[in-house]
Amino acid sequence: MAAPFVRNMPDSKMGRPRSAAPTITPVKICLVEFHNVTFSLPAAANIISDLNLTVERGETLVLLGESGCGKTTTLKLVNRLLTPTGGEVRVEGKSTTAWDPIALRRRIGYVIQEGGLFPHFTIARNVGLVPALAGWDQARIMERVRKLLSLVGLDPDRFADRYPRELSGGQRQRVGVARALAADPPLLLLDEPFGALDPLTRASLQHEFADLTSRLGKTAILVTHDVREALILARRIGLMHKGQLLLLETPERFLNSDHPQARAYLDTLKVDDGGKQ
Amino acid sequence: MSFWHFLQLNWPELLLLVRQHIVLVFISILVAVSIGVPTGILLTRYRALRGPVLGIANVMQTIPSLALFGFLIPLPFIGGIGSRTALVALVLYSLLPIIRNTVTGILGVEPSVREAAVAMGMTDGQVLRQVELPLAMGVIVTGIRVATVIAVGVTTIAAAVGAGGLGVYIFRGLRQYDNNLLLAGALSAAVLALAADLFLGLLERQFSFEGKRSAAWSRVALAAGIVLVVVVGVFALRSPGGSESSQGHVAIGSKDFTESALLAEIMAEMLEARGVSVERRFELGGNLPHEALVNGTLDLYPEYTGTSYTAILHHTPIGDPRAVYDQVKQEYASQFKVEVSPSLGFENTFAILVRGADARKFNLKTISDAAPHTPQWSAGFGQDFMSRADGYPGFSKAYGLKFAAVREMDLSLTYIALSSRQVDLIAGNSTEGRIATLDLFQLADDRHYFPPYEAVYLVRQDSLARVPALREVLAKLANAISTDEMRRLNYEIDGNKRDPKEVVKEWLGSRGF
Repeated sequence: MAAPFVRNMPDSKMGRPRSAAPTITPVKICLVEFHNVTFSLPAAANIISDLNLTVERGETLVLLGESGCGKTTTLKLVNRLLTPTGGEVRVEGKSTTAWDPIALRRRIGYVIQEGGLFPHFTIARNVGLVPALAGWDQARIMERVRKLLSLVGLDPDRFADRYPRELSGGQRQRVGVARALAADPPLLLLDEPFGALDPLTRASLQHEFADLTSRLGKTAILVTHDVREALILARRIGLMHKGQLLLLETPERFLNSDHPQARAYLDTLKVDDGGKQ
Repeated sequence: MSFWHFLQLNWPELLLLVRQHIVLVFISILVAVSIGVPTGILLTRYRALRGPVLGIANVMQTIPSLALFGFLIPLPFIGGIGSRTALVALVLYSLLPIIRNTVTGILGVEPSVREAAVAMGMTDGQVLRQVELPLAMGVIVTGIRVATVIAVGVTTIAAAVGAGGLGVYIFRGLRQYDNNLLLAGALSAAVLALAADLFLGLLERQFSFEGKRSAAWSRVALAAGIVLVVVVGVFALRSPGGSESSQGHVAIGSKDFTESALLAEIMAEMLEARGVSVERRFELGGNLPHEALVNGTLDLYPEYTGTSYTAILHHTPIGDPRAVYDQVKQEYASQFKVEVSPSLGFENTFAILVRGADARKFNLKTISDAAPHTPQWSAGFGQDFMSRADGYPGFSKAYGLKFAAVREMDLSLTYIALSSRQVDLIAGNSTEGRIATLDLFQLADDRHYFPPYEAVYLVRQDSLARVPALREVLAKLANAISTDEMRRLNYEIDGNKRDPKEVVKEWLGSRGF
């Protein structure tokens, strides 16, 4: 059952200058669109039911929900690690099933918990992977790797030739972000990227990430079960529960929502922070 | 002779066997890897194939190696005798660990790493080559390591099909009751296995990405090992094949006991003295020499008329030597296009043996004398004697013998088993040199049960036409060896542990051949 709050937000309501330009059609503005998307495995209940959602260029959309709610599945439907069993997912106006999956994925940065780095590659090779797949020459790849490592706060001279196991969890996560940004993709998908980090490292990375995406103008879909992270990073928060999108709101409106699921999340926040928020 | 002295005398031959052994293992592992790894990869892509293919490979592994060699011998192309059959068997044995570890290694790659690789936009081939295979390599090399160590062991059995290798020393050592031969063969095989294990263990460590970087010394040792393997490989592959002589080329086989190898060596020496190039395929087990002769892999081998008559032609045993010889000669010519040479002058029949001490104690002279005692005795018989019509079933019936226990074992071990009181009666060969050395007593066949076993050479008719020297040598050897002489020659090798070639050269010299 979809909650009454769920609806496609009209673009004009977001009030961003770019989307206000009259010549740009909604198809162009919306980088990712979910149209009546259902995903199920044989002999199992729907993992995603009738999902409708649009992600605009430049925004960071956070999907919030407990484990098993379908938020990771939603993410994987975007870069076609999964294909919908009903409805369609469009990226840049084109259904993911119409895309060449390889070309699609190379336009989308992907960050997972602990970075998902290749243990047998050096940091430089990990970060330079997608450019290398795209056939860049070695000098250009190295230049790009150094730039990205600096961008995520890692000294290229110190880290380029190390292996992932020689880095701390936070450093690995930074490398994961650098790798996702390597080929300058318009869209980033992040699956609990800061989940495995200690609270201090997590907080600093969250702020750096928010800063980075707004500076680079990247569109991002981030999945988390941490409502605090959602409030810090999101332009909009999508609350998911049992394969359905219950709520899609800006952080300000999410804080004031009286939806019972949203309130449950916000209550944990009060306990955590002693009512500071 | 001390082991050290033995090594000093025999190191060139030992090195040759080690080299054959390494080549067999090396080639079979190379082939098994090039089949097994792609198969393993395929199985990770097609889940439905996994059960059946791994099942078949599993079954292969459980077939005893001798039996597998047996299955392969009659097959065209991959069968027969020699290194080809051995290689096929070795490859089949090596496949399972390699396939299984390839599958395990690839499926064991961290799912998040695989998923990241796909999400980065890698094609399936790129995921395989750049992520899955490098990360699975440690496990795959473990499989190759296991397969190699197994192959070093199984290759010792390959000597039974004439493929050479260290098994030649082990089998010969068993037959001749010679610990030096056994030790040289077994120790060398063990050292090879350990060396292969150590070397591949180093290789394995190079692929461990989660642990510490391997120490510099291990990389140096690995490099040295690779160089060694390449050098041995090049050296081995460059070894010259038999150069064709103008006088023709003859492949000579023998059965896997001293006397047969000796008779084959006599023929080989005499042909070589006449400029014929000889390929020695000695010490072949079971009916292998016969099958190899019929399919043309061998040109000739020494045989006994009684064996041909009963074991090959499946006639009921009869006692008349002339009738047996004529029947064999005629049927071999019509059935196999094989000519039977004139008798070499001696018989090697089954000898029913007891300990000399027992013979004296119970005053035993004939098999019938022993009949009252056998219900308290255990008997030890070779596989051959147990299975043939004129062997144990007919023999025990003819004399009405009952035994407390009948143990089937390797023929060459029965002599030792008898002298060390493990068994009390055996069926050996009448020309066996150890009958005297171990103080064994041959009971007379007072009912003339055993058929005549005259020694002859079996020669392919087309070989006789091709190599004229053959006829000349066969004529010279007709009636040339008496039973006593044969027993003495056997004793020189089995008892005095002398080199068969030396013994043969000496004998040929003494006879003016």
